[in-house]
Amino acid sequence: MNFGFFTREAFTSIARNAVPSFAALASVLVTLLVLGVFIPIVQATTGAANDVRGQVIVNVYMKSDATPADAQRVLAQVNKIDGVKSVQYVSKSAAYAKERRKNPEAYDLLGSNPLPDTLRVTPTNPDNALALVSAIQPQTPGGGRTTIDPSIDSVGSSKDNTEKILTATRVVKLTTGLLAALLIVASILLISNTIRLSVFSRRREIQVMKLVGATDGFIRWPFVLEAVILGALGAVLAVLLLGVMKVALVDPLVSDFALLSAPSTIGFGVLVAILLGAGIFVSAMGSAISLRRFLQV
Amino acid sequence: MAATEKELRLRDSQAAQRKDAEGVSGRPGDPANAIECRGVTKRYDSSKAGLRGATFTIRRGEFVFLVGPTGSGKSTLMRLLIKEFEPDEGKILVAGRDLGELSKKQLPFYRRNLGVVFQDFKLLSDRTVYENVAYALQVTGSSRSSIREKVPDILRLTGLATKLHHYPDQLSGGEQQRVSIARAFVNAPPLLLADEPTGNLDPETSIGIMQLLYRINRTGTTVLVATHDSTMVDRMRRRVLELAEGVIVRDEIGGRYAPTDMTTAEFGALLREPSPEPRRGDSPREPGDDFDEAFRD
Repeated sequence: MNFGFFTREAFTSIARNAVPSFAALASVLVTLLVLGVFIPIVQATTGAANDVRGQVIVNVYMKSDATPADAQRVLAQVNKIDGVKSVQYVSKSAAYAKERRKNPEAYDLLGSNPLPDTLRVTPTNPDNALALVSAIQPQTPGGGRTTIDPSIDSVGSSKDNTEKILTATRVVKLTTGLLAALLIVASILLISNTIRLSVFSRRREIQVMKLVGATDGFIRWPFVLEAVILGALGAVLAVLLLGVMKVALVDPLVSDFALLSAPSTIGFGVLVAILLGAGIFVSAMGSAISLRRFLQV
Repeated sequence: MAATEKELRLRDSQAAQRKDAEGVSGRPGDPANAIECRGVTKRYDSSKAGLRGATFTIRRGEFVFLVGPTGSGKSTLMRLLIKEFEPDEGKILVAGRDLGELSKKQLPFYRRNLGVVFQDFKLLSDRTVYENVAYALQVTGSSRSSIREKVPDILRLTGLATKLHHYPDQLSGGEQQRVSIARAFVNAPPLLLADEPTGNLDPETSIGIMQLLYRINRTGTTVLVATHDSTMVDRMRRRVLELAEGVIVRDEIGGRYAPTDMTTAEFGALLREPSPEPRRGDSPREPGDDFDEAFRD
């Protein structure tokens, strides 16, 4: 195939159809810009939500007369339960030392150590935290609560808080995911429709080409190359603008906002690659698909 | 037209018989026949027939007028010949080749052997005169040097030497039609189809266009012109095929637009008048040479 000829045709055709070309370029630019801003936001939000969920734990408080041996026995039992990721043993004295550091005056006033031995149970899935509570503290037929070991005093999961955290983060994750999906669909539709329009405005031209005896490939390649060039140009401009925004707005704020420095946010290089690829691919596909209809002459 | 279908059929077959008797028509499938239609029928969705059982043969090198009122099937026949669609019944052979057997892939290559001229010129409006003609050559994969050589040549011969870099909008109707004829003939096709080439032009300009088509015919190219320009047909006195409501009702050598009651002597005189001899094939020459010669006389 005569690649040089097709590229020249594509460029002259962009120059000839300046207005529809600009429209296509602008729609690629705008949608990719929005996507480029939105993808890191979605990721940071999801990351933050996951951090919060990671903090959901179940505390198993031992009775005040329980020995460290009791605690070790319970620890082994709890470890056997399904859905337990890890169990951390915090002894009376360790807990006292930690709490005293936070509020020395209050603990000095108390004199003795009121804190029990504690097992901090981290569930594999935060959603199972409440199930885990019931597993350690099964319900009796009478309606009351019993525990899996007599040395356990109570199981605390701050039920209300856990439920709130779980619901809130779930809503946040679902919403951002849905918005991202919608935005991607909208971008694809917008870009491919703009390309379709520019192809449609030239259907007469395509008909003439067919009458002169041009093969489908001969007609298609300049069009697809044109779309690739426009898509790439729009994507490059979008990436440049995003780069400016990152350097000028986001980077100075990273130290102040934990959300922005969330480590799980996509790398800028990967983001650029995704945007470039998407811009080019969607434009080229849009043009090839809309051409198919007009090539049936 | 008051004639019943039966009468039309009768006249059709009489015309065919007369032709056979005159020896104008070659053997069926003879590659010396530029166009051979056998019982070609094309129906449109509306019950009105596009074409009904059209049977005729056009020898190589002939100049034939296809006449008839609007809706009589002239354009249908033209579109069947460029294989824009298939006939419902019957066979069309061009240069001995059945169009029905052409695959979709072969179609562009078939069309490169046709020159096609339309009433609305069908020029690419965003390309200059030069680029419009050059496109027909680019399609066939001609080298840039041969394009640079052939295009100015053919444009000079069609009288457009001074308008190379004008856009179609900047030309008069007659000039635009000359461009479209130049484009149709630049590949030196053996067959040129013109659908109402003078339909949008004033009588003076029409004469120029017809002269151009006639000169092309003199180089050995078979020319089929669909028209309802009666003055032109009466003046040129070439073979006339008349269509009425999709049926061929007249096939007359040296005919007029409207059927005339000719005396036998007149008819005999017409027959003795030599019809243009097909010259293509005996000495393959550059189309430019042929054109120069045609212009010299």
